[in-house]
Parts: sequence; structure tokens; C-alpha cells
Amino acid sequence: MDQSLPRHRRPTRGRGLRLAAVAAAVALLASACAGEAADDPDAPPEPSGATEAATASTDPSDAPTTPQDPAVQLVTHDSFAISDDVLAAFTDQTGYEVEVLRSGDAGATVNAAVLTAGNPQGDVLFGVDNTLLSRALDAEVFVPHEPAEADALDPALVLDDQWRVTPIDRGDVCLNYDVSAYTDGEPPSTLDDLTEPDYAGQLVVENPATSSPGLAFLLATYSTFGEDGWEQYWEDLVANDVAVSAGWEDAYYGVFSGAAGSEGDRPLVVSYASSPPAEVIFAEEELDEAPTGVITASCFQQVEFAGVLAGTDNEAGARALVDFMVQPEFQADIPLQMFVFPARTDVELPPEFVEYSAVPDDPITMDPATIDDRREELVQRWTEIVLG
Amino acid sequence: MTTPAAPSHGSDVPDAARAITRTLPTGWRVATVAVPAVFFAVLFVWPVGTIIATGLTEAGAGGDALDVLLAPTTRRVLWFSTWQAVLSTVLTLAVGLPGAWLVARVDVPGRTLFRAAVTVPFVLPTVVVASAFTGLLGSGSPVMAWIAGLFGLDAPPRLTQTLAAVLLAHVFFNVAVVVRTVGGRWSNLDPRLVRAARSLGASPWQAFRTVTLPLLRPAITAASAITFLFTFTSFGIVLILGAPGMATLEVAIYRATAQLLDLPQASTLALLQVVAVAAALLVNARLGRDRAGSSGITTAAHRGLQRPRGLQWAGVGATVLLMAVVIGLPIAVLVERSLATADGHSLAWYRALADTDSVLAVAPWEAVRTSLVFAVAAAAVATVVGGAAAVAITRRRRSTWGRAFDLLLMLPLGVSAVTVGFGFLITLDTPPLDLRASPILVPLAQALVAIPFVVRILVPALEAIDDRLRQAAAVLGASPTGTWRHVDLPILFRSATVAAGFAFAISLGEFGATVFIARATSPTIPVAIYRLLGQPGAINLGRAMAMSCILMVVTIVVVAAVDRLRVADLGAF
Repeated sequence: MDQSLPRHRRPTRGRGLRLAAVAAAVALLASACAGEAADDPDAPPEPSGATEAATASTDPSDAPTTPQDPAVQLVTHDSFAISDDVLAAFTDQTGYEVEVLRSGDAGATVNAAVLTAGNPQGDVLFGVDNTLLSRALDAEVFVPHEPAEADALDPALVLDDQWRVTPIDRGDVCLNYDVSAYTDGEPPSTLDDLTEPDYAGQLVVENPATSSPGLAFLLATYSTFGEDGWEQYWEDLVANDVAVSAGWEDAYYGVFSGAAGSEGDRPLVVSYASSPPAEVIFAEEELDEAPTGVITASCFQQVEFAGVLAGTDNEAGARALVDFMVQPEFQADIPLQMFVFPARTDVELPPEFVEYSAVPDDPITMDPATIDDRREELVQRWTEIVLG
Repeated sequence: MTTPAAPSHGSDVPDAARAITRTLPTGWRVATVAVPAVFFAVLFVWPVGTIIATGLTEAGAGGDALDVLLAPTTRRVLWFSTWQAVLSTVLTLAVGLPGAWLVARVDVPGRTLFRAAVTVPFVLPTVVVASAFTGLLGSGSPVMAWIAGLFGLDAPPRLTQTLAAVLLAHVFFNVAVVVRTVGGRWSNLDPRLVRAARSLGASPWQAFRTVTLPLLRPAITAASAITFLFTFTSFGIVLILGAPGMATLEVAIYRATAQLLDLPQASTLALLQVVAVAAALLVNARLGRDRAGSSGITTAAHRGLQRPRGLQWAGVGATVLLMAVVIGLPIAVLVERSLATADGHSLAWYRALADTDSVLAVAPWEAVRTSLVFAVAAAAVATVVGGAAAVAITRRRRSTWGRAFDLLLMLPLGVSAVTVGFGFLITLDTPPLDLRASPILVPLAQALVAIPFVVRILVPALEAIDDRLRQAAAVLGASPTGTWRHVDLPILFRSATVAAGFAFAISLGEFGATVFIARATSPTIPVAIYRLLGQPGAINLGRAMAMSCILMVVTIVVVAAVDRLRVADLGAF
């Protein structure tokens, strides 16, 4: 290309600027591509760095035996949070750094993992829940790994006996009510109550087609009223003037009256068991009591799992990280970071979390395989009944 | 204002624009095609093509695909996507054109600020905008109470969850596209043409209709194409502000891809969307075939600016009022909310941003920095790749290849972010092109969205350069560099800064493409806002509003600086 330059110097030198721009474009694109290849050792995508390239490429399974790969990549959703010191403690213990790769919501994250099964984006996935579990297991996203302290976990949360996934936390999707709206009367205490005339025009739910708490609540009604009763239940709710929002933010802040700063006028909303403590912890001024309450009979249990991704090139690091996520240090950090309960039963919970949290004795649950089988059909029917 | 006018000739030479590239060396000519072609092949055609093909070839998908296409819901969703987008585009033009006139022609104080402020809606996260509109259009809103009083209604009307709310929000988001694209072209028009028409007896309206409007046509076409694409693929606004169950094709694709992982269905719908978007673009291109060519373009930026006189003040007043209602009110609601606390108004939420906790996850300045780094990178890539593409397209404007290339570059605006994001996952997954978790993938994906703007803005500017201006300059003794600096550069630079500013703003507010790419970096401002809004508590809501206002301020500062830069540089010419 250079030899053509002098010939064209004469007509206008201004063109040189344009040439420079184009050259910059080429250079940029080239460096974008080449840079990736060259940067690989410390760039996220391929941790199989130069140091161990030889061993890694010949036999990936025992790659990290001698010089340890310094990074473990944790693929997760955008709401994942954990303290920096906890991650630092993991590095101290094992020598691995954790690199957190966040993207989208739980559904998008799991589906991305399904699409890339066998050639994963990272080493460990956290954030697959019981409503999505079956799909991930069917796609062989994970390799089995029973964590070191598996016995300490609540056995009710262990939903895969092959340990392809390990339960890390649990939370509940529950109806919340605005305490100030029920100073004279009682809030509803069961799902059935919601169809009573007393509670007409008071409930807002999320569309299960576009919202995960919305889906959880639909599953709760399906589980409670069964194949023969759930459709009638929703027809009754429609007759009782149920409102529908597309997502949690809009329902909670826009339609529900109990949230601080809300513009809404409906005192009942589908939210989480942990919403009242969050209202207290993130209140503008210190509160003695939570402004919202939980209707425990409506709670649908959500369990979040982590697993070692099949095809990881740092399997030892991945296993170490899943082990660590079960350890007390990590588990105790969960409540105030992610506003859910740890899967371990023996860690102490922060007092402000316990005081305002409602723990349903017997949350509604549903077999992951059934959820996967019926989800689309239920949402379809729900749409016909409720949105007509 | 003191810059002397360069001579401007109306030109009927259709291909005058080619002169700009006629003498480019072959190697560079190839590069102007190759750079954007490779960019789009690798980052768009390959990923999107692969994911669609994967879905369509999945076992038993043939029948499914046909079922999906023939399903009544598909037809309903396609029809709704189309007509609401057409309606939104018409309304956006109606509101935006007076705004374009204001920034291009009227010398009133605060013009620069206005031009920057109009860009703000463009970068705001959908959820935040939706909450402002819910506040304004709900039954508790003072605006609705005022309307009720005005018309003697018993109760304030409630416009939330209606089509009206969706259309208003679409206008809010896209008015910047019209104001800046059309305004940019308008300020390059030689005002003497209109004066000549007026002195020959044309009424202001006649002069506008027969002189100005035809000259603005390419910009209006470009702005409506972009607005149409944005509203056709509208996602959050339709979900949150529309009636429950109201769905665009984009919503259906998102559900099928990110929630159901029903790839055959997702691919069929994605293909349908690509075809629909391409058809709309073809119609648009036909309607807007540039007959004006380069006539009426001047290099003297400020000649057209005039202090309003007489009746024009009424026009200025009406335009300002319109903008204040459509753009100002929702922004004012957000600012008010960021300041509203239990004890009146204060900066408490802004101060609370300093207490980094699990929900915010990041110090605000760090989110600002991440956003700025991504935005600078995306704007640079978009300007360079889009600039090269614009040169290539200008050269081949009249060939089928040129038009096809032009169309291809627009398509990313019409393809769902989740389709592109998931396409990346299954194509850019092997070294040396395993970009899936690379920090450069985010700005590259954002550039993909910004390039159509750069091309839309630069192609008309390149075409508008009259070769006789250069010849005249050369005859008068200007060196080739001098000619380029005095003729080409002012026109190009003005347009390129508009384009880069747009690319920057798009990247700053971009959420869709960003959110489907796994990121190891700290969150961008929009991502931080979504995190805050995802948790209950007054502090989180307050901080989300404060963060939104910071995003607005960053946008205004950067865009105003770019605008300023362009004015300052022009002053030297």
C-alpha cells in the first residue's frame, strides 16, 4: 500500500488525513483481532495461558496440576453480589483469583450456558435456579462435583443427586402487603383470600411471560390449586380486578403502594420474602418496623445453584470455587449481599435480616422437571385467561 | 458570525460527490470497503446468520418455523410493531422538525445547551424513563389533574398502560434523532436560497415547501429510517408503558431466546424481523431518493442564524413550549425525584452514592469511568468504520452494490440485541476470536448500533460537497491541502462531530447489547441504575434517580463539548 502513496501526494495532501483515518480503521480492526490473540494469557476468554499452553492443549483435564492458573471465571447474572474480602479470602486459600463475568438476568445467563455447553464462557456458573434447572441439566452444562462440606447444606435444597449443581442460596417469591393499608382490617392470609370481594382491586402481579417473580407466582398457584383448579383461580382473580405489570420494578415502584417513594395505589404485590428487610435496611430514616409484610402462605421457593461448567479449562479452580461457595465465610455473606438465605443451615444470620424477614415454614415447591415441562403451556394459558 | 461566506453554487451534477474519492489510491479505496465489510461480516452477519441458521436447522424445526410464521399471534405482533412504529415516526418528525429549525436557524440564547439537552432522552435507561412517564401520566399526576380541570372532567384521566403513553415515550426518546440529523443538514443550507425565493415573492411557507424541504429531504429520510427502526424494535417502553400483553416482534424474540430458549421459534421471528426491517428500509430509500444532490449546501455555518423577528418569535415560543412539554417535563420529574426526600428537597441521594454497598456494587465515579471508556472506544470505532463505509457508499451510491451495502449497515438497528448477543456466544468462541468475555466486545457491539448513525450523517455530507467549490478554491490559488481544509473539512468535520457525538451518546446509554455480553468490568451507569432499581428501599430508588441525573449531566457536558469543539474549530476557517 505504501508504494502508492507518493504517486498520490500531488493531487491533494488533504487526502492524507482521510488515508490516516482509514489506516487507523484498519489498524484498529487488526489490533482488535490480533490483540485478542496476543493478550490471551491475561485476557478473560482463554485462561489456558502461555505458561501451560503445552500441557493444557494436550490434556486439558489435568492442566492445572503444576503451575496453577491464577484465575477462575465465575459466570453469573447481573444481580450477583459478594464482598470483595470474601473473594480475597478465596485467593488467599487457594491461589486462584476470581473473575466475575456478569450478564443479563438468570434466564439469559442459563440459556447462554445451554447454548455454549461444552465450550463455556467461564469455569463456574452461579445463578441457575429451580425453575431453570432441568433445562441446564438436560443440556449437560455441568460436570458432577460434590462439594467438600456438602453435609452442611439443607438437604431439602439438594435437587440433583448426582451433584451436577450445588445449592448456594434460597429465597422465596411471596405476596407483600402495605402495612399502612391494613390498619383497620386484616391483610389476606391465603391465596384463596385474594379472590374475596374485600380485596378487589388491591393486587398487582407481574406478567409471567416477562418476569421471573411473575412466573414463580403462577407456579405457586398452579401447585396450590392443581391442574383442575388453577385456571378458575385466575379467572376469579381477573374478576376481582387483578392488575398486571411487565416486570418487578414497575409493579413494586409504580403500582404497589407500600414501597418507599412509590406512586402506586395497590396494597398487594408479588415480590420477595426479603423485600421487607430491604425496605428497612435501605430506608431513608431508621425504621422500627418494616412498612411492608409478607403473606407466608403464598411463598414459592427459589433455590439458586452453582456448578462446574463442562469443558472448563480450569477444572481444579472451578471445583475449588464451588467448594468455597459452600463454606461458612461465603455463605454468611449472602444475606446482606443478595438478600436471600444461605443454603447452609449452620451460619449465623445478620440480626436486621432475621428480624424483618419472614421465613415460610412450608414454602410451595415444584419439581424442576415438571416446571420445565409445563412452563410454556402454563404461561400461554395464563396469557389467554388474564390478558385475553 | 463574521466568517465570510464561501461561494456556493447550486449544482446539478449528480455525481459531484464522487470527486472526493475519485483519486483515492486503489489500496485505500479497497480499505474503505474492506474495513466495514470485515467488521460487519465478523460482528454481525456471521453471529446473527449462525444463530438463525442453528435455530432453523434444528431437528423438526421446518414445520415449527412454518407454524410460527402462520400463527395468528405472529401476524398480530408484526402488524402492531409496524403500525405503532410508523405512527411513532410521524409524531417524532412532527415534534422534531421545529426543534431542528430552532437549532439550525434561530439565534436565541441557550441554543447550544438546548442542542445538547435534546440528546439526553437518548441515553436514559428505559426503566427510568418509564417511571417518569408513569408519574406524569398516572391518575395521581398534577399534569393529569390540570387536564381534568381544563376539560371539566370528574376524575383525572389515566394514560398509563395505553398506546398514548407508548407513543409519547417513543417521541421523547427519538426526537434527538430528528433534531440533530435534520438540524445538522439545515444549518449547512445556504440561507440565501430562501431569501432569493422570498424576494421573488414566495410566502415563507412556499419558500419552506419548495426550497428548504426538498433540500432537507435526505436528512429527514435518514432520521425517519432510524426512528422507525428504533420504535419498530421497541422493547422496554412497550412492555412497561403499554397495555399488558402489548408486544412487538422484539418482545417475542426476547422471550423465545432468553426465556424459553426455543431457538426454532426465536430464529423464525428473528428472520421475520430482518426481512420486515429490510423491506421498510427499501421503502424508505425509495421515498427519500436524493434528488436534491449537493445544491444549496454552504460551508459557512453561521450565515443562516438569525435573531428572530416579529412572527418568528411566536414560532420560537411554540417550539420551546413543545420541547418543554415533550422532553422537559419527564426530565424535570426525574430531577425532582433525585432531590426529593422525606424532609423536602436535598442532595441526600447524591451523597448516599458515596456509600458503596452490595446493591450499588461500585463507586459512582467508577461507573462513570467505565461508561466513558466504553463510549469513547465505541465512538472511535463507529466513526472510523462508519466513516470508511460512508466514503465507500458515496462512491457507489448508484450501484446495486452500494445500496445493498448501505442497507446492510442499517440492519443492526433492526435486529434484536439478544439475537446479536447470543450469536456472539456461538461464533466468537474459538481462539484467536474468542471475544466472548473480552472487554472489547462491549464497545464493538455498541459501535455496531452506532455505525448506522455515522453513515446516515456522513453520506449526505459527502454527497453534498460540490466539486466546483474545490475547483474554485484551486483557481484562486489554494494549495490542495488548503482546498481540503477550507472546503471539504469544514463540511465533513461538522458532520463527523455530530456523528461521533451520537455514537458516544448511544454507547453511554446502551443497555440491550451490553447486558447480553458477559462483562468482567465494573458496571456501566445504566447497569448500575438497573441494579439499584432491582432492590426495594427508599435509598435504592433515590440513588437510582441520582445516578440517572448524573448520566444526564455527563451526556450534556460531553455532547455540548463536542458541539462547542465543532463551533470553535469552524471559527478558524
